[in-house]
Amino acid sequence: MSFYCVRPLLLAALPLLLVACGKSSSEQAAPAGKAASSGELLVRIGAVAPLTGNQAHIGKDNESGTRMAIDDANAKGIMIGGRKARFELVSEDDQADPKTATIVAQKLVDNKVSGVVGHLNSGTTIPASKIYNDNGIVQISPSATAVSYTAQGFKTVFRVMANDAQQGHVLGEYATKNLGAKKIAVIDDRTAYGQGLADEFIKAAQANGAQIVAHEYTNDKAVDFTAVLTAVKGKKPELLFFGGMDPQAGPMAKQIKGLALDLKFMMGDGGYTPAFIKLAGDAAEGAYASLPGVPLAKMPGGKEFEARFVAKYQPIQLYAPYCYDAVNVMIAAMQKAGSTEPASYLPALAGISYDGVTAKIQFDAKGDLKDGAVTMYQVQQGKWQPLETLAASAAAH
Amino acid sequence: MEIFFQQIVNGLVQGSVYALVALGYTMVYGILGLINFAHGEVVMIGAMLALSSLNAMLGWGMPPLLALPLSLAFTMLGCMALGYGIERIAYRPLRHAPRLAPLITAIGVSIVLQNLAMMVWGRQYHAFPQMIANNTHTLAGAIINDVQIIIFITALAIMAGLMVVVHRTRLGRAMRAVAEDQHAAQLMGVDINRVISITFMLGSALAAVAGLMVSANYGLAHYYMGFLLGLKAFTAAVLGGIGNLRGAMLGGLLLGLIESLGAGYIGDLTGGFMGSNYQDVFAFFVLIAVLVLRPSGLLGERLAERA
Amino acid sequence: MTINQKSKPLLAVLAIVLLLLPFFIDALLGRGWVRIADFAMLYIMLALGLNIVVGYAGLLDLGYIAFFAVGAYCYALTGSPHLASAFPLLFPHGIHLSFWVVLPLAALLAGGFGVLLGAPTLRLRGDYLAIVTLGFGEIIRIFLNNLNAPLNLTNGPQGISRIDPVNVAGAPLNATQQILGVTLPSVHLYFYLFLAFTALVVFTSRRLEKSRIGRAWMAIREDEIAASAMGINTRNLKLLAFAMGAMFGGVSGALFAGFQGFVSPESFSLMESVMVLCMVVLGGMGNIAGVILGSVLLALLPEVLRHGVVPLQQALFGKMIIDPESLRMLLFGGALVVMMLYRPAGLLPSRVRRRELDTDEVAETV
Repeated sequence: MSFYCVRPLLLAALPLLLVACGKSSSEQAAPAGKAASSGELLVRIGAVAPLTGNQAHIGKDNESGTRMAIDDANAKGIMIGGRKARFELVSEDDQADPKTATIVAQKLVDNKVSGVVGHLNSGTTIPASKIYNDNGIVQISPSATAVSYTAQGFKTVFRVMANDAQQGHVLGEYATKNLGAKKIAVIDDRTAYGQGLADEFIKAAQANGAQIVAHEYTNDKAVDFTAVLTAVKGKKPELLFFGGMDPQAGPMAKQIKGLALDLKFMMGDGGYTPAFIKLAGDAAEGAYASLPGVPLAKMPGGKEFEARFVAKYQPIQLYAPYCYDAVNVMIAAMQKAGSTEPASYLPALAGISYDGVTAKIQFDAKGDLKDGAVTMYQVQQGKWQPLETLAASAAAH
Repeated sequence: MEIFFQQIVNGLVQGSVYALVALGYTMVYGILGLINFAHGEVVMIGAMLALSSLNAMLGWGMPPLLALPLSLAFTMLGCMALGYGIERIAYRPLRHAPRLAPLITAIGVSIVLQNLAMMVWGRQYHAFPQMIANNTHTLAGAIINDVQIIIFITALAIMAGLMVVVHRTRLGRAMRAVAEDQHAAQLMGVDINRVISITFMLGSALAAVAGLMVSANYGLAHYYMGFLLGLKAFTAAVLGGIGNLRGAMLGGLLLGLIESLGAGYIGDLTGGFMGSNYQDVFAFFVLIAVLVLRPSGLLGERLAERA
Repeated sequence: MTINQKSKPLLAVLAIVLLLLPFFIDALLGRGWVRIADFAMLYIMLALGLNIVVGYAGLLDLGYIAFFAVGAYCYALTGSPHLASAFPLLFPHGIHLSFWVVLPLAALLAGGFGVLLGAPTLRLRGDYLAIVTLGFGEIIRIFLNNLNAPLNLTNGPQGISRIDPVNVAGAPLNATQQILGVTLPSVHLYFYLFLAFTALVVFTSRRLEKSRIGRAWMAIREDEIAASAMGINTRNLKLLAFAMGAMFGGVSGALFAGFQGFVSPESFSLMESVMVLCMVVLGGMGNIAGVILGSVLLALLPEVLRHGVVPLQQALFGKMIIDPESLRMLLFGGALVVMMLYRPAGLLPSRVRRRELDTDEVAETV
């Protein structure tokens, strides 16, 4: 091997050196749990979501929810173990990519965060959870709904959101029992979220005697659904369930109207956004969607949270309240345990009962929400209106 | 049968959208032999400019029928400037570089445009304002609306217009000369830099039209919309024979039809084993089959055995 | 390979530096960077594999990540409890083959897929080949994403988790190990594993380049008709290029699955193929050193920017003006353009290419 082969390796080392220089100048903060300048306790909390790419709008919403909880906690002057705590947000972009997710997870571990609120998607949450678990760091996902996330046997994983099985179960029951649908069509977007929820919905609908007359598919970048909707039209279902997010659900509702399909349109939490109504226009009217938890308006502090959030950032997209709760429940556990060390406050978190803005938060042995409720909503006069709140506890795992 | 006709209409509408974008790819390829991978992002910028200008003009109380052409003109100018800039910065310096070098700069430009758009227009999906009363018509049981008819006619008209430009005008002759042999064209007094710039600007103006049409049809605009659209349109252009204007049109319409018929009937064809989730697989299989039989696409010229 | 006498000490120094590298990185930058270095080596292997197809044989491949996916799923299926759900009677606990058994299988399977891709595309050139390979990559991804029904083979978009770690001499690499009194965390262990494989891949690439086969590939790249007139069996050699390239991809895919412990189809998107191609072209097609440089640069750049953008803005403006995330990707895109404009033939072009550029600049543009 000649020198010719060696030179690039030396060149390649350059960026590393650059980072080393940048890093030493930028990182003066002390690690968590150690005293900062004025005897304060510095607590770092990680937040991870895709902040670039086609889910960035939801990701940024998550970050804002987390940030607000941290700002609130700092304003309140929370004491942990007799010392005043100062919370610091470490926000990372995982680009909805599993590989990047493990890289940022490791970075958060290096930064000695006390806990992590994230990630947004199941596909990033699961590989990252292994790294957090290996390093004993608490992870609370505000939005990953895959059943397998909490089924890995990790002690460090929690979520403040109903999982696919819990939510799909409620949706399937509601479609058949409350809306009386006998013939149902399903479209899913082939993402971990859409497919997982649609499959659980199908199970529950079939268990309640409905017939799935069509199961069609799209993807999370599509805007034209006329072909699959036409195929659905041929099967004459009474209800169409879509497992996917609002950027697809909006145009889909529009095209349902355009193709004169006479059916009820139903979605999971991915459709419960202001963007859905904006994108679908008048076609949004009458659409159903579910959202885990109790309506914000009915929770103590929920309305006030929403007003402050909208004033500070922008209308809530989707999961910001769950992120807000995730941070608060984490801090509540730290207070209870009198420590910010994950190992010390983890048992307190596992046994906590906390009144959040989305629900009363208690975890089961796996880290899933205990007795989580799911609320059904419908678009009425251009606004999401709560219909009724159903118990998800019946949902089997 | 109604369902079948509806799928044909769906396919033709979707295909026209692909064709509109594919024409832009094929124009540039025809002249330079270069795949302008950033074209999808120019379409996206077109949609975004149209969105902003329309919202602004409607906000000033301008009647929609006046705002629409004004906004279209503004968008086209904006995209032409962008196309000119992309060519000057990312392609011209590499005209004599290895073939794959411009591919990398194109990808770089795409990433830059996407993230610029994200900074300017934000991460959210924007609802596109509805301009005209979108009446629907029923044709042999299939439903079609005004915007869809306009898209179909526009795609055809633009193709026809481009054919006239390329085959009947002085500029078109210069374009064909540059496509044939840059050096010889230059010796004959053709200002090749000017011709290439104009080609890019024409292609980008088409992208602007496509961006506005796509957004109006689906009612949304987003900084990430260019990626998939560009990919599909590129596939369509290759299917028809890249570099050939009629090929782009044909490829676009065919791809649209393949997709909608595929999504509608794969399930029945495979006895339920595969469904609309294999729509793209189906489309790519058709593409591969076509290219195996005709390695230069449906209407592509048989380039002599050289790449 | 003839080792130049002069470069021998240099090589020894390099080896020592590389062996100590994870400790330096860990101490200076943090463990996260060791993980990034691990991924960078996976990319080096991928890029060197693609370099065989694109750099040596001159066949544009935009679906290369498919082979990475084949390798990854090969190990994910045979080294995890997943198949228990599809075949509860046959495999009540899933299949747990050793990584070292699966590795050659993954390489062979990926190589087979390479031939499968190569066969229908033999007559295609340039951009037509690009779109067919792109389609092939998407087809593989779509199948992986949908083969959870009617029989749950791949678990669809949910991906496969709890994949067994790679074992070396009975020691799993996903846990900290003590070797000769030195504590080696998991990322360090994988660093050495990947380093060994990277060295192997570099060695193989070099031997191929200088071999009869390598020269035949380059002859095909330069002029296919002339090459076949000289008696080169262009069909077989093209297929061989696809197969060899695919095998490299399969090996790194299996390593990836073992390292990550989780695979899902979203890791194998078109953008990944494009990134690997960028690494090859940016570094310098056909030149091993260039390809390595390109991979390391492009694998590190987004992460360097991730760390650098915030302090940079704070230093320049005293506060955050632009979102760090959008600025990061913006700078990344800009860097691609600028690097290519300054070094159109790649950062370290191969010597053959450089000669071509000097003598006949038009030939390349056709």
